Amino acid sequence: MAREISFVFNGNPMKTIIEDHWTLLHFIREELGYTGTKEGCGSGECGACTVILDGEAINACLYLAAELDGKDLLTIEGLAAADGTLHPIQKSFVDNGGIQCGFCSPGMIMSAKALLDKTPSAPEAEIKEAIAGNLCRCTGYVQIIDSIKAVSGHEEEPHVVAFKSEDNDRGE
Amino acid sequence: MQNLCSVGRRVPKLDAVAKATGRVKYIQDLKVPGMLYGKILYSKYAHAKIVKIDTSRATEMPGVLAVLTAEDVPEIRMGVYKDNRPLKTGKVRSYRDEVAAVAATTPEIAEEALKRIEVTYEALPAIFDPEEAMKEGANLIHEAHKSNVLKMPWTLHYGDVEAAKKEAAYTVAERFSTTWVTHCCMGTSGAIAEFDPANNLTIHSNTQIPSLAQKDFLEALKAMGLKDRRVRVIKPCIGGGFGSKLDTYAYEYIAILLAFYTRRPVKVEFDRTEEFIATSTRQPTITHISQGCDKNGRLLFRDVSMILDNGAYTSWGATTPSVMMMPITSLYRVPNVRYEAKCVYTNNTYAQAMRGYGNPQATFAIESTMDMLAESAGIDPVEFRRLNANQAGDVSIQGLRITTCGLEQCMDSVKTQLEWNQPKNEGEGVGMASLIHVGGGARVYKSDGCGTIIKMDDFAKIDLFTGATDMGQGSDTVIAQIVAEELGLEVDDIHVIHTDTDVCPWDVGAHASRTTFIAGNAALGAARKLKARILELGAKQLEAPLEKLTLRDRHLIHQDDPEKKLEIGKLLRKAHFSHGGQMLMAEYFFDPTNENMGKDFRGNMSMTYTFGTHGVRVKVDRETGKIKILQYVATHDVGRAINPMLLEGQVYGGVMMGIGYALTEQVLSEKGQNMNPNFRDYKILTAKDVVPIKAPVLETYDEDGPFGAKGIGEPGCVPTAPAIANAIYDAIGVRIKDLPITPERVLAAIREKQGLDLCGQEAGKDDAGECIIEE
Repeated sequence: MAREISFVFNGNPMKTIIEDHWTLLHFIREELGYTGTKEGCGSGECGACTVILDGEAINACLYLAAELDGKDLLTIEGLAAADGTLHPIQKSFVDNGGIQCGFCSPGMIMSAKALLDKTPSAPEAEIKEAIAGNLCRCTGYVQIIDSIKAVSGHEEEPHVVAFKSEDNDRGE
Repeated sequence: MQNLCSVGRRVPKLDAVAKATGRVKYIQDLKVPGMLYGKILYSKYAHAKIVKIDTSRATEMPGVLAVLTAEDVPEIRMGVYKDNRPLKTGKVRSYRDEVAAVAATTPEIAEEALKRIEVTYEALPAIFDPEEAMKEGANLIHEAHKSNVLKMPWTLHYGDVEAAKKEAAYTVAERFSTTWVTHCCMGTSGAIAEFDPANNLTIHSNTQIPSLAQKDFLEALKAMGLKDRRVRVIKPCIGGGFGSKLDTYAYEYIAILLAFYTRRPVKVEFDRTEEFIATSTRQPTITHISQGCDKNGRLLFRDVSMILDNGAYTSWGATTPSVMMMPITSLYRVPNVRYEAKCVYTNNTYAQAMRGYGNPQATFAIESTMDMLAESAGIDPVEFRRLNANQAGDVSIQGLRITTCGLEQCMDSVKTQLEWNQPKNEGEGVGMASLIHVGGGARVYKSDGCGTIIKMDDFAKIDLFTGATDMGQGSDTVIAQIVAEELGLEVDDIHVIHTDTDVCPWDVGAHASRTTFIAGNAALGAARKLKARILELGAKQLEAPLEKLTLRDRHLIHQDDPEKKLEIGKLLRKAHFSHGGQMLMAEYFFDPTNENMGKDFRGNMSMTYTFGTHGVRVKVDRETGKIKILQYVATHDVGRAINPMLLEGQVYGGVMMGIGYALTEQVLSEKGQNMNPNFRDYKILTAKDVVPIKAPVLETYDEDGPFGAKGIGEPGCVPTAPAIANAIYDAIGVRIKDLPITPERVLAAIREKQGLDLCGQEAGKDDAGECIIEE
C-alpha cells in the first residue's frame, strides 16, 4: 500500500508517496538518496542510523517511513550550514579525534545533537548515556566523549598526559 | 631538537570533515548502473555430505539472473593454504560454508530465491574441540590432508630449555585458554564486481590488501579461463578493518563469479548477522607455558606449547604463531626458549588476522605467569620485570635487534600514573603487563615494501599516491604530515590518494602496525627526491648555493638571508611554462632491511620494535565476581608521535578492544554454530563502559622511523587481558586463566579458593534442590 506523507526534511517541507512497509532508514537511503545515515545492524542495536525526529534521536531502522507524516526530520546532511560551515558538534568531532573509520560518526553526532539541544551543558554521565546506543569499534569512545564535552561546556580534565623520556639523547 | 611544523601536531584527520558530514561513500553507499544483488546460501550443518542441490525453483523466479553452485563454476582455490573454495563441493565443513549463490535484480528477490534452493545433506560426525581433533583416528575435516593437524611446523628451540629447567630456582607452569572474538567493524563486508567487454575485472572491495587482493583475483580469473586480463581494485571508504580484511574471501569471489555469469555488475553486501557468522575470528588458543628464573630473579627459560583451533579452513589465523614467537622469545630477556604450536582443523568457523595477530593470546600467558613467577621468587612483580627488561642494543635470542627500547620507562610511567604504591581499599588491586610488537614493518612476504608517487601542480599542491590503506586509523593524515614537513608545505596542501590499484603503487597491505613506518618512509623518500629537484631549480632562480636553501612556509628560503625567498608555486610554474620545461614528480619504493625468518625462525622481522606497559587498578566484588576498572594507564614507546591525537586514538581504541577481549567478548559457539550473531548478545563495550584511561607517550626517536616514529596500531590491545588478570589476583588472590574473565568465572574461582562449590556451599554438602547453575 502506498500513501502520501508531508514532512520537513532537513529544514525543507516535502510531500511524497511512500510504501507502507518501508522503514525510515530505507526511505532516507534508498528513496531520498541520502546515504550519510548508515545501516550497521538493521535491528536497533548499533545506532549507526540515528536521525533526529521532532527533536528526538531515534534509530531510523526501527521506524516506518509512514511515521514521518507531519514531523520534522533531520539527518546528518542537514546539520552543517548551507555554506558548508560545520555545526559546532561536527567541528568538535573533527578537531578532537572523535572520528576514525567514520561509519558510526553520523549517528553519534546526531545523538550528541539531540542531547545538547535539550541539555546544552550536559555532564559526562549524561553524554555517555545519550550515546550508549551508538556503538563504535575504533575510538574506544574516549575522544568522542571529549568531542561532545568540548561543546557542552563541561570540559573536564583532559586525558592527555605529557610524558617524555628524561634521558633521551637521540633527539633530532 | 629540530623545530617541526607539521610533524608532532594534533592535525585532524584529512577525511574527518567528509565523515562528519556524511559525505564519504562506503561500500554500502555505492551503486553501479545495472547492478544486481548477490546473496549467499550457507550450510545447515557443521559437517555434512552435500548429496544434491536443486536450484530449479530459484532459477525460474522472475528477477533471478543466476544461481550458482560449485558444479557451475571452475575450481578456484583460496586462502593461505588453498584449502578453501568460494562455493563448496562434495561436503560442508562448517556452518559458514557457502553452498550456493544467487544474483537478482533486488536484494529481496535474491533472498527469496535462496529459500527456494533445496539442498540435501547427509550429516557427518563433527569435531569442535581441537584436542579431540588431534587424536589418532579422529574424523578428518579434509580427507586429502590426511590429518587434522596442519602441516605448519611452528617449532623452535633456542638454548637448552631442559638444562635451564634443572638450573632454575623457581618455576611456574600453567594452562591458559582464549576463545573466539571477532572484529565487529561497524561497516560490514561487501564487494561490487564488474567485467568490461574484454573481461577485465573492476572490483570495489573493502580490503586492507589492495595489491595482494589484485593478485588473488587475477589467479581466480586464470582459473576461470581468463588469462592476461586486468584487475582493478577500488577501495571505498572502509568502515573499520582490524585485520579482518587481510585476506580475500568467498563473498568477493562469489561477486566475481556472479558478475561473470550474468555479464552485469554484482554487489554482495553482508548484513550484520552474516558479518558475525561468515567473517573470520581471532584464533582461539590453548596454551601450556612454563617459565623459570634463578634465585636472583633472572629469567632462565620459557617453554610454551600451544594448540590453535584453526576452524574448517585456513586463513592468516594459522600463521599467528609467527608473531607469537616474538613475545615468547623476546618479551624480556630470556636465554632459553622453546615453542611449539599446532594449528588444528575443526568444524568451527575459521580464524583470521585480528589486531595484535596472536600477540594478545601469547602475552596473556606470558605476563600472567611473569606475575606468578615473581610471587614464587618473592620479588615485587614490577622489579621482577625491570630486572629482565629488554634494553636498547639487545639482540634477542630469536635475532630481533632492539634499536630503541623504552620498556623500563614505560613501567615507571605506569607506576607513577597509576599511583601503584598507594594503599588499596578492600577488593582493590593493581596489575601490570608489558608488550613487544613489531614497530618497523614485519617481513611476512619476500617484500615488506610500499611505493609512493608524488606529483606537484602549478600551485605547489601535492597529489600523493600511496600503496597504503587508510581504514580509519589515519595513515593518510600521518603521511601528509610527513610530506608537508619535508617540503615546507601545509598539511592541507597534500592530497593523499590510496583507493585505486590503477593509479596507486604497490604495497603488501595494512597489517603489522607497519603503515606509519613503511608507508611513512616511502612518502618521506619520495618527498626527499622532490625536494632535491625543487632546491636545484630554486638555486638557479635565486642564484644562491643549493646547500643554503631550505623549504618553509610554502617558500624556498635562503637560510642566511630570509628576505631572499621564492614561493614554491611560482618556481613550479616557471618549471612548467618554459622551453625545455620539466614536471615535478617523484617516486620512491621503501623496502626495509628487516629479515624473513630463517628455517629455525630466527631473523630480525622488524626494523624496530614498539614497547609498552599497561597498568590497571580494579575493584572486584567478592559477592558477584564483577570487576570494575578504576583506572587504566597504557604507556607506549612510540619512537615519535607524528600526530599525538591520532596516536592516542589508536591506543584508546586498542585498550577498549582489549578490555572487551579480557572481560566481555565471546562468540558463543554451540557445536560450531554461532549463537550470538548480534550486538545484543555479543558484547562490545559501549560509551557507558568507558574506563578512565591515560595514554602517556614515550618518545625514543628511532632513527630508522620517519621522523623517529614506530608503529602503534596494534599494541593497545596486546597486554590488556594479563594486566587485568594480574590486578584481579592482586585484589582477591584468584588467578583467572581463561578469557573472557566473566563474573561467573571470577566467582567460581573465589568459591573454589574458599573450598566451596559454585553455589557457595561446602564441598560434599550439596543440596541439589537449591543449587542449580546453568552453564
